[in-house]
Amino acid sequence: MRRPLPPRRRGPTIDGVYRLVLASAAGVVFLIVALIAVEVAHGAMPSIRTLGFGFLTQTQWDPVADHYGALPYLYGTLVSSLLALIIAVPLGLGSAVFLAELAKGKVAATISFVMELLAAIPSIVYGIWGFFVLAPFLRTVLEPWLISNFGYLPLFRGTPFGIGMLNAGIVLAIMIVPTIVSISREVLLAIPRTLREGSLALGATRAEAIGITLDAAKPGILGSVVLALGRALGETMAVTMVIGNTNRISASLLDPSATMASVIANEFTEATGALYLSALIQIALVLFAVTIVVNALARSLVWLTTGGRRDIAAAT
Amino acid sequence: MKANKILAAALVAAVLAGCSGGGGGKASSVVLTGAGATFPYPIYSKWFETYHESTGVQINYQSIGSGGGIQQLKAGTVDFGASDAALSDDKLKEMPHPVLHIPMVAGAVVLAYNMPEITQPLQLTPQALAGIFMGTVKTWNDPAIKAANPGVALPATAVLAVHRSDGSGTSNIFTTYLSAVSPDWKSKVGANTSVAWPAGVGAKGNEGVSGQVKQTPGSIGYVELAYAKQNNLATAKLQNTLGAFVEPSLASTTAAIQASAQALAADVRASTVNAAGPDAYPIAALTFILVYEDQNDAAKGKEIANFLTWAIHQGQDEVEALQYARLPAEVVTVDEGSIAKLTSGGKPLASR
Repeated sequence: MRRPLPPRRRGPTIDGVYRLVLASAAGVVFLIVALIAVEVAHGAMPSIRTLGFGFLTQTQWDPVADHYGALPYLYGTLVSSLLALIIAVPLGLGSAVFLAELAKGKVAATISFVMELLAAIPSIVYGIWGFFVLAPFLRTVLEPWLISNFGYLPLFRGTPFGIGMLNAGIVLAIMIVPTIVSISREVLLAIPRTLREGSLALGATRAEAIGITLDAAKPGILGSVVLALGRALGETMAVTMVIGNTNRISASLLDPSATMASVIANEFTEATGALYLSALIQIALVLFAVTIVVNALARSLVWLTTGGRRDIAAAT
Repeated sequence: MKANKILAAALVAAVLAGCSGGGGGKASSVVLTGAGATFPYPIYSKWFETYHESTGVQINYQSIGSGGGIQQLKAGTVDFGASDAALSDDKLKEMPHPVLHIPMVAGAVVLAYNMPEITQPLQLTPQALAGIFMGTVKTWNDPAIKAANPGVALPATAVLAVHRSDGSGTSNIFTTYLSAVSPDWKSKVGANTSVAWPAGVGAKGNEGVSGQVKQTPGSIGYVELAYAKQNNLATAKLQNTLGAFVEPSLASTTAAIQASAQALAADVRASTVNAAGPDAYPIAALTFILVYEDQNDAAKGKEIANFLTWAIHQGQDEVEALQYARLPAEVVTVDEGSIAKLTSGGKPLASR
């Protein structure tokens, strides 16, 4: 279908310049990442030297004693993001499959529109919703119910205060669902129709055909989950408003917690001691590293689950 | 990082200075810049406005937090800093030149609570309060609370202590008070703009704490007096060191500062929490403007001295409308002494 490119007329120099301009545009991204890494690492240096590896294993964050251990924040970030994924992945994937495979015309358009709307809401609005709407509901309905029915699990012990890890996980889940839905839907739509038609022709049911399509779309879907996870790991404002901000590690989802991003947002402005400030910057460095590690893990997961099926991965 | 902040501050100052040229005020073309505490920002901006109208002197203030104000004064990017906490001896030594503390107004930290069951104001002893924030007092019908509220049917609801999650001068005053009344708190937690809270939940800003308290029955949190007054929050009466349960108010805050007058005369940085006066509310504090004793620029220095003198006299009439407590006469006298110390190149600046 595509027409062949016209023969070169202006010689190689224009092409060279063109290539250079584009390459430097792409290079700026690398430069920015490198500069962030260098600047953050530089700022974290005093803290790294003083606190060493204990920074990541100790639980006491005490500006009075000038002693800093970031484990509770690392824990809070990972658990709240994991909780968000547990809620958001089934919800997002289900809705993506519905939009791509089953819904037609106006229904699909309306749902897609609402999803895009969700993605465009500023995080502070989610925070306010979590604080004023979700928290009272959790406190009076869901958390008492969880305690009376599942209170034997350490996960659901404690007092129902409405804010805490559970609230943060739910708010984060709602924030990341649009990412999962919109990317997964595009990926599903990009799977060739012939795959579905072939499955149906071979006698597969509708559900089996969707299963086969999903399998083919796996790399792209995992990609959407990774992007969503990235947003959850770094979300600051909404989480700060609903998580309760305490530096204690608790097995219960009903208890308050804190994340790396929230502690930076909370304490940065009034952090006057040199080591204190440096410890906060080191948290930023750890958060940066966590994001890289999570991304790397997800990429290798994609690679492992798809084996050598590069063709499909490329098609998506 | 710091270089950027300084550059930004310098730019802001330069732009503002440029803008003010066409203002056509009265005599002075001097522009003063300051930065620091957020707590006194409403009264400071009111003062700067009134002062500009009557004298033509323009004062620009960035409310970036006490820590930031101290940093900027240290870096020399502002003419004065503002802080809710006095500098410690160590921090004073870190400053490049001798710094004067000028108390401007007083404020109090009050305990807002949510207990629909009770109608009369809750009364708290210092021990009960420390216990609540320590996590040892877990329910409202704890003997420590009951003892101070005879005849009140306290519910068995769980206590939720709400603290500030962001670093703040308010937390500093509150934890300084708890350290003063509870040896246990002093040794295990201590006082600072943020501490390792042993119990409860954290919320961001006065509005976060009051929002949490309003929403959750059984909760109690500390906020600034001005904030509690403006939002009509139920506040607890606190037992002072003479045994009286005192309602937080502008008058009881001024009374607390007055009760500390002797210590303040000796050192204006002296602690004003837990003051021994019959009507003194125990969690009261001063907020300071910080200036270098010897000013580089004589013209600016003179305007600073004039403004400070104005603020501690005429300016005090404006503070109560904004829910700040006025300085007692004793502290005004101390301030006059400090302002008289301002010099430029060794020559005194104050005109009064």
